[in-house]
Amino acid sequence: MADEKENQSPPPPKKPWEEKPVPPQPQDAREHPLVLEVERACPGRVREAVAFAGQITLKVELEHLLELLAALKGLGYAFLVDLTAVDWKDRPEGRFEVVYWVHRFADSARLRVKAPVPEGAEVPSVVELWPTANWMEREVFDMFGIYFANHPNLERILTWEGFQGHPLRKDFPVEGVDTGAAIYPDVFPPGGGPVKPKGGA
Amino acid sequence: MADLQATLLGGEEMEVSFGPQHPATHGVLRLQLKVDGERIVNAKPIIGYLHRGTEKLFERETYPQCIPHTDRMDYTAAATNNQGFVGAVEKLMGITIPPRAAYIRMILAELQRLSSHIIWLATHALDIGAVTPFFYTFQEREKILDLFEEYCGARLTLNTMRIGGVPWDLPEGWTERCRRFVEELPKKIEDWERLLTNNRIWKARTVGVGVIDAEKAIAWGLTGPPLRGSGVQWDIRKVFPYDHYDEVEFDIPIGKNGDTYDRYLVRMEEMRQSVRIIRQCLDKLPDGPVMAWVPKVIRPPKGEVYFSVEGPKGELGYYIVSDGGVTPYRVRVRPPCFVNLQALPEMVKGHLVADVVAVIGTLDIVLGEIDR
Repeated sequence: MADEKENQSPPPPKKPWEEKPVPPQPQDAREHPLVLEVERACPGRVREAVAFAGQITLKVELEHLLELLAALKGLGYAFLVDLTAVDWKDRPEGRFEVVYWVHRFADSARLRVKAPVPEGAEVPSVVELWPTANWMEREVFDMFGIYFANHPNLERILTWEGFQGHPLRKDFPVEGVDTGAAIYPDVFPPGGGPVKPKGGA
Repeated sequence: MADLQATLLGGEEMEVSFGPQHPATHGVLRLQLKVDGERIVNAKPIIGYLHRGTEKLFERETYPQCIPHTDRMDYTAAATNNQGFVGAVEKLMGITIPPRAAYIRMILAELQRLSSHIIWLATHALDIGAVTPFFYTFQEREKILDLFEEYCGARLTLNTMRIGGVPWDLPEGWTERCRRFVEELPKKIEDWERLLTNNRIWKARTVGVGVIDAEKAIAWGLTGPPLRGSGVQWDIRKVFPYDHYDEVEFDIPIGKNGDTYDRYLVRMEEMRQSVRIIRQCLDKLPDGPVMAWVPKVIRPPKGEVYFSVEGPKGELGYYIVSDGGVTPYRVRVRPPCFVNLQALPEMVKGHLVADVVAVIGTLDIVLGEIDR
């Protein structure tokens, strides 16, 4: 009886969480109103605009980065949400990429700005525009070894002064490196393991 | 000796290290204070004592393996950390989670917010010198941890969310026990407020201390209660609703003066709002599965996504870059405490050394998240 009923009625439509998820696709966002607004304020600087998962990314050359960010600040993006970098190892246009994520309170608009950074190149600091960038830039310097020009106090922040290497670079081993910071060398000699007390036991 | 006396008595500036071995600095925060007598001329936070390279570790773990690592960042708010990470991966893969899972997530997140605010209240009051609230508040926190333990077996590092939903359905009788807890809590919050809100000593220690106005708060990137205490009505749960926060009603409390006392009031009110959200979630809790269909191997497409949740401390964001592999190419955590702590020198300038303790408490920092 129950089988018959099931055969008669068509199966109920699948719920969105039962189906195979459809990943978002990147789309060109040149015509998006937010991008057009930026284009008007700072013409010709945005190299590429992509929308992915509802988020807009503006790609810009390093030499135009500060100009574009200043224009964004002028457009009311008063809040720098995040500043970080990505190490792309062997990318021709530049090994690193700095990523800015700005927010405007009036209409809750958010934009991501990315610029490629070749190894050794200096990125202009945005501390003047957003004071909150201070520590974020220090962290990027510490973790990736990217220098920020005109930063008021570019020091290591999470690791210590004198640490060798930049941990979030892809060529830095996950296991870490010997930093030479041996504490209590009598108890924990280099090479590992506590010292056996003299005379056995 | 004469030089020393000249330094001590001559009104010249002196440098003092505050922490890391100081009970008010959680044992892992050092402040280099430049003081003129008792007045702070400048403060420089020195962090990194708890750096464990979490972001580096993410790069070699598969996506589901990353979730326990997020617990260990803000260890007083593991559930909201999980929520942010799984939310980011779901956004990257286009997964819709079942409504029951979303509601369970909201209940867990709000319980976690309560527990985090309770720890903040207890330790903040303790730092300033009010010992009594500690005993009353921790009783209630214990009940929240019991609820967590019953649900997922852990009390602190919960690891209680999965990509696509939550791992288990609620145990039998859990909703009743949770409801009993949230029915009792508002009365307890009133009791705590009776200990502090109109207390003369409490007011003397908090009113006008660590003032930051709205414009400066935005410039310094403050989020969460420190931003709302300055009068900016802004909450990720309202602005970019995730899970099903758009289906529940709650208010965003804001302060007026941006001082330690206002931030205290904001957090107390937030606790009441959390209770309100949990009540609505328990009423509305739909039936159905708690996990969406997800592939056996989580392999998000190429792309990048930023997803943020309103953690108890502020905007907790995850920026995930995927190269199409089984491990994330890069995960950046936007830690609210890291950004909030940055404003500390601005907030303590000109205050007394004893007020530094109050400002550290009011920022509600967790060094596990700052150093990652």
